[in-house]
Amino acid sequence: MLQLEIDGKQIEVPEGSTVMDAARQIGTFIPHFCYHKKLSIAASCRMCLVQVEKAPKPMPACATPVTNGMKVMTRSEVAVKAQKDVMEFLLINHPLDCPICDQGGECQLQDLSVGYGGMASRYQEEKRVVVNKNLGPLVSTDMTRCIHCTRCVRFTAEIGGFQEMGQAFRNEHAEIMPFIESTVDTELSGNIIDLCPVGALTSKPFRFSARAWEMSRRKSVSPHDGLGSNLVVQTKLDRVKRVLPLENEDVNECWLSDKDRFSYEGLTAEDRITRPMIKEGGQWREVDWHTALEFAAKAVKGAAAEHGAASLGALASPHSTLEELYLLQKLVRGLGCDNVDFRLRQSDFSADGKRMGVPWLGMKIAQIPKLDRVLVVGSFLRKDHPLLALRLRQAARKGTQVSVIHPTRDALFMPLAARAVVAPDQMVGTLAQVAQALAGIKGVALDASVPAVTVGDEAKKMAESLASGANGAVFLGNLAQQHACASTLHFLAEEISRVGGLTLGFLGEAANSVGGYLAGALPAVDGLNAARMLAEPRKAYVVLGAEPELDCADGAQALAAMEAAQAVIVLSPFKGRATEYASVILPVAPFTETSGTFVNTEGRVQSFNAVVRPLDETRPGWKVLRVLGNLLGHSGFDYDSSEAVRHDLLGESAEVSSKLSNGLSRIAVTLKPAAAGLQRVADVPIHFADSLVRRAESLQKTKDARPPMAAMNAATLAGLGLSAGDKVKVKQGAGVAVLSAALDDTIAAGCVRVSAAHPTTCGLGAGEITVERV
Amino acid sequence: MLSQEAQKQIDREVAKYPADQKQSAVMSALRIAQVEKGWLAPETIAAVADYLGMAPIAVYEVASFYNMYDLSPVGRFKLTVCTNLPCALSGGVHAADYLKHKLGIGFNETTPDGKFTLKEGECMGACGDAPAMLVNNHRLCGWMTPDQIDKLLAELE
Repeated sequence: MLQLEIDGKQIEVPEGSTVMDAARQIGTFIPHFCYHKKLSIAASCRMCLVQVEKAPKPMPACATPVTNGMKVMTRSEVAVKAQKDVMEFLLINHPLDCPICDQGGECQLQDLSVGYGGMASRYQEEKRVVVNKNLGPLVSTDMTRCIHCTRCVRFTAEIGGFQEMGQAFRNEHAEIMPFIESTVDTELSGNIIDLCPVGALTSKPFRFSARAWEMSRRKSVSPHDGLGSNLVVQTKLDRVKRVLPLENEDVNECWLSDKDRFSYEGLTAEDRITRPMIKEGGQWREVDWHTALEFAAKAVKGAAAEHGAASLGALASPHSTLEELYLLQKLVRGLGCDNVDFRLRQSDFSADGKRMGVPWLGMKIAQIPKLDRVLVVGSFLRKDHPLLALRLRQAARKGTQVSVIHPTRDALFMPLAARAVVAPDQMVGTLAQVAQALAGIKGVALDASVPAVTVGDEAKKMAESLASGANGAVFLGNLAQQHACASTLHFLAEEISRVGGLTLGFLGEAANSVGGYLAGALPAVDGLNAARMLAEPRKAYVVLGAEPELDCADGAQALAAMEAAQAVIVLSPFKGRATEYASVILPVAPFTETSGTFVNTEGRVQSFNAVVRPLDETRPGWKVLRVLGNLLGHSGFDYDSSEAVRHDLLGESAEVSSKLSNGLSRIAVTLKPAAAGLQRVADVPIHFADSLVRRAESLQKTKDARPPMAAMNAATLAGLGLSAGDKVKVKQGAGVAVLSAALDDTIAAGCVRVSAAHPTTCGLGAGEITVERV
Repeated sequence: MLSQEAQKQIDREVAKYPADQKQSAVMSALRIAQVEKGWLAPETIAAVADYLGMAPIAVYEVASFYNMYDLSPVGRFKLTVCTNLPCALSGGVHAADYLKHKLGIGFNETTPDGKFTLKEGECMGACGDAPAMLVNNHRLCGWMTPDQIDKLLAELE
């Protein structure tokens, strides 16, 4: 530890600290622009100059290491003069037109110029003008305002993983820009808006729509991926204006993915439904809530009376709140029906009944950077879990060995120890190889149900990497969880973690992937799971927050089941295609208009309140389900707040950790020979994963939202006699889609990557896939 | 994008640095690419970036920083006149003015026949020979009085 004195205060800091670190520790503010606690040191803005005793000139606090006995003066005459001089230089080329700048009112330069700037500028000459850059649909630029702090450059290089921005040219010609004709395309790009200390980079969707001081700041939780990023939702006149990160070191640090940040645009989508609607005689009409709920209750009761309670089915989106999921299952169970599920994209349910608890991350999110060995199985890591990928990237850059088994060689922007790019049906075999190699190294026997395999080079490398660490983990991603042999992968991953002394974790697919299990929104006894409910069509469905044709593993089958049903009760903020098959649509609130709870992938119970009033006649989902329960004559539906629902489910303490476990009792592992035909790699594109983000206009203009193609590697493409750009007919199950073929050498041989959850491909079924020229 | 020969030359430069520090060879690689292509088009820069495993913008930062890299096409002969202080005191500005007059172009312009491009250069480390001038980045000429310039221009064919 080093002793130093800042403005007369004595403090102790660890070796290697900078003066800035020390000052922050005692709450002394040193003005700065380029310094950011999560980024490397640039010392380019010079705003943090302070006086250091015995130093001949002022020193930048952010880049000056503390030495023992150092005396620092941050407010001395020398320091303040230096800071004021730097401010004068910064303002020379910066436009002094805050009233027309979108950053006005929340601008670090504006704030600091109040304290350090002059009353008038001495500079009379011409100011520099810089041409704006096109950074894509999310980030707007006003490059003349740039003060060259390079925070955005360092963010893309160090946190985003791929340097998309840079400082070209030099001296007074220096410009911050992306590569010529390039835009900023990563899933984390919106963070550069927060990082920019001036108005050079601002939010394109939000631009000029409100001032910082006009908006209320309300806390919320992201309804998208399994992380449950903490949000500050800014609202004005009961409208969500924008979303910013709420700093939480344990969850999202100070970052947000673009999906979390910009999905609010979907709240005002054109097909938002704001009044209950029922279909009578083939005609849709708007009705009051009472009529609609009576209608819905009658339809459910009618089907149950006529065909038995088992003829009902309830499908819930895993992006629904815990309270909604709990009440939905309580509602259908009250009718004597066990057909309820929220795992809509899952296709292998053979682990049901063998699970020892609720599958979860297996550790705290904040522990990820401390891992030294990681094996990721079946995950489009960057797109499915942008901020978990960020944590893993930081770890990998500091020496954590990461290995990946996945059907595509996606750019992860992190060094990998080993990587197996294998077709989906070969993932089981590859994982078995890793298990066997690891068991060999560790001298521990594998479970008898794991067949002997020949260990390949890559699997051996993975096992050696995993065996050499002290604190390792195996993570199962979305693709592994949606895999046709998901349970086998789970069991093998568990074997690997057992013999290797590793932690097994599930990268939660959606905001309430853990919450759905806790709420009991899945078959408990003899009920049908999501897949069987659609394969064996029910007479009546209750659909909560989901768009079955887009959100279910087999979209074609889901749509057919909906269309064939006698009654479909849809609870959703959006119409979507529900008008084609539903009998009643109840407008329930999206996350911004209801209170509720998401339990994130690490088992963190995060409750939130509504940030705005429900739009028009929209009602919170838990209230709708509560009244529906009353109308159906169920007892125990007399909740008067969402907290009461949560208490009923989780108790006062909301302690869930005892229910979390990734254990699985034995599953027989069978290895299949490689399939003869093509296999589909179906990713759920980041901006199509749930009904809200699908409607977010600006996100839909990003490169991540480009329509799906039938992408294959060169050999597979040639084997089918196709070339890139050809129009092809893709057939799977009963469905057909016409797409263009694309060349993508990152995809495993014998596979075609056709994204799911998109209107152009949702007609495709499951199973074997064929691709032929139109 | 880069020829076999250029790649071989770049490999030789890369070999001078530790295996995980390929990007250290970026300046040499840009020089080699520029000699081959005449100038550094965006796709040439992207090719260099790809070859060295760097982000294209990171290569562009380097290419735009140093003025011996040409980000737009130049004539057959690129004449760079030093106008830094020691040269300026010994006639560097005059040499530039003479060239401008003689060739009928200003700085950063190319003669209509595509033969000459005139550039303003930074110190070439030859202040003792002022005014100094550089032909096509590789040939340094000193004492560039009008007579010497005429001689040089006559020689460049």
